[in-house]
Amino acid sequence: MSNPLSTVIVLAAVTPAETAEVANTWLGSASYLIAAGLFILSLKWLSHPRTARRGVRAGEIGMTVAIIGTLLIYRAVSYEWVLIGMVIGSLIGAPMAIWMPMTAVPQRTALSHAFGALAAALVGTAHYYQVLATGELEYDHFTMAILALEVLLGSLTFTGSLVAFGKLQDLIPSRIKGLPNQNAINFSLLGAAILVAIWLTIHPLHQALFPVLIVLGLFFGLCLVMPIGGADMPTVISLLNSYAGLSASLMGFVLNNFLLIVAGALDGSSGLILSIIMCKAMNRSFTNVLFGRMDASKTASADDVYGGKVKSATAEDVAAILDGVRRVVVVPGYGMAVSQAQHAVRDLFHQLEERGTEVEFAIHPVAGRMPGHMNVLLAEADIPYDKLKEMDEINPSFGQTDVAIVIGANDVVNPLADTDPKSPIAGMPILNVGAARTVVVIKRSLSPGFAGIPNPLFAAENTLMLFDDGKKAVVDMVAALKEAA
Amino acid sequence: MPLEPKLFVFLLSTFLGLEVIRRVSPLLHTPLMSLTNAISAIAVVAAIQVMAEGNTTLGGGAKTFNTVLCTLGVIAATINIVGGFWITDRMLKMFRRETTDRE
Repeated sequence: MSNPLSTVIVLAAVTPAETAEVANTWLGSASYLIAAGLFILSLKWLSHPRTARRGVRAGEIGMTVAIIGTLLIYRAVSYEWVLIGMVIGSLIGAPMAIWMPMTAVPQRTALSHAFGALAAALVGTAHYYQVLATGELEYDHFTMAILALEVLLGSLTFTGSLVAFGKLQDLIPSRIKGLPNQNAINFSLLGAAILVAIWLTIHPLHQALFPVLIVLGLFFGLCLVMPIGGADMPTVISLLNSYAGLSASLMGFVLNNFLLIVAGALDGSSGLILSIIMCKAMNRSFTNVLFGRMDASKTASADDVYGGKVKSATAEDVAAILDGVRRVVVVPGYGMAVSQAQHAVRDLFHQLEERGTEVEFAIHPVAGRMPGHMNVLLAEADIPYDKLKEMDEINPSFGQTDVAIVIGANDVVNPLADTDPKSPIAGMPILNVGAARTVVVIKRSLSPGFAGIPNPLFAAENTLMLFDDGKKAVVDMVAALKEAA
Repeated sequence: MPLEPKLFVFLLSTFLGLEVIRRVSPLLHTPLMSLTNAISAIAVVAAIQVMAEGNTTLGGGAKTFNTVLCTLGVIAATINIVGGFWITDRMLKMFRRETTDRE
């Protein structure tokens, strides 16, 4: 074998046992160092689409190196069970990765947060009982506090992510009003869990409380995410991502394992940044997303806003307008994902480009159900990524845009965010589509978006409503364009 | 092990993480989340470590309990490793520039 690592293993096996152990521990530490470096490089390379796939390779190699290193250090492990666990895990993980449609990415992400948190909670629990069973208490109070926090975070993230998965997969209705005292219940659960954690920190031997901590965590996760729905999902998923990473990092504190601390901290900070971006993009705070409920009652009623001012158009009308214009901006929202319109949108994109029209896509940070959701769908439909523009970049150009086509987006293009300080979306940065010469909104009806408020854009002078299913409307537009040619 | 080096490493990696991830284009936020998720499945290493430690210190039922929890931990983490890296690569393969898009 040409692999230097295997040569060293062979050498180590023939030398006396102690030397072998030293060599293995040394190899193990080296592998952790290499893995930590590769994980950091992996995220660095991910920053640009050109190098991003190299980042995935680096991550894979880092993970492999770390696992081999661990198996070398901890020779007492039951190799057969590790192998069985890995085979079962691969048999579940691989099909999920291979056959999952891109529209299901948010669900899969939520589910993977659940698995990550579950792994951390299980290992933390195993460690606690192990220390108890060996008879000598080796936890100092600080370690116990960390372990309690880790298990609490792990269990609440597990159920919270499962609920998020259920909602994204439509197994649980997205809009649940929540119990009348939902916040009181949530805070009591969290308060009780923290009290139990503190008690355990002071008295680590009170083992009867450990399962109580886990159960409280599981319930809190359930109650926390249950009333949160729809458009708040990007923030919730990012927060859960952060928690899952943090619990892995805390595990590293308990186990004195630096690699876990590093990898967990990287995941935790990534989730944190994404949550902050999502909150900023809605002008809301974490607490408002988690505990606040949207109140649409103070806003003008739909009748006042729309009354007789809404103009509707057919796909043929829109195609006639589109023929020969200079610049078109497409604004996708969650509705595009629901109606699976991304491939039809690609056809429209090609039709327009063939006519010499410049087409760009305006992506609001919270469009869809997770950060970057729209980009993945449009990339799947073969739309080049240099056509996908961020909000700040494209907003100034709406003034020079002939037609803005809004597909299944609502709150992110609602001018009330700017004009009505009482509306639930007040201060939220929006895509300024109203500045375009003509705005075409493809939507099934005038029903409100997640915020539950009417959208004056739909009644604007320069807006045409195309009432239809997103995909069907775009397909009809493409057909009409082809006919006109 | 004293606490300081661990806190030190935690703080530095958090700051490094914040700096590196701030530079990731919003275009790639979904792959970013699935990649970091796969990386945090490093919990598999913790499961192996705890299983091994239990094997040397425990016996009987306690040992079995330890092995069961850790094996379940290995399963959950491996799902994320295999699934996470794979789906991230699948997503990134789709991101193309216009120049390479047109044959």
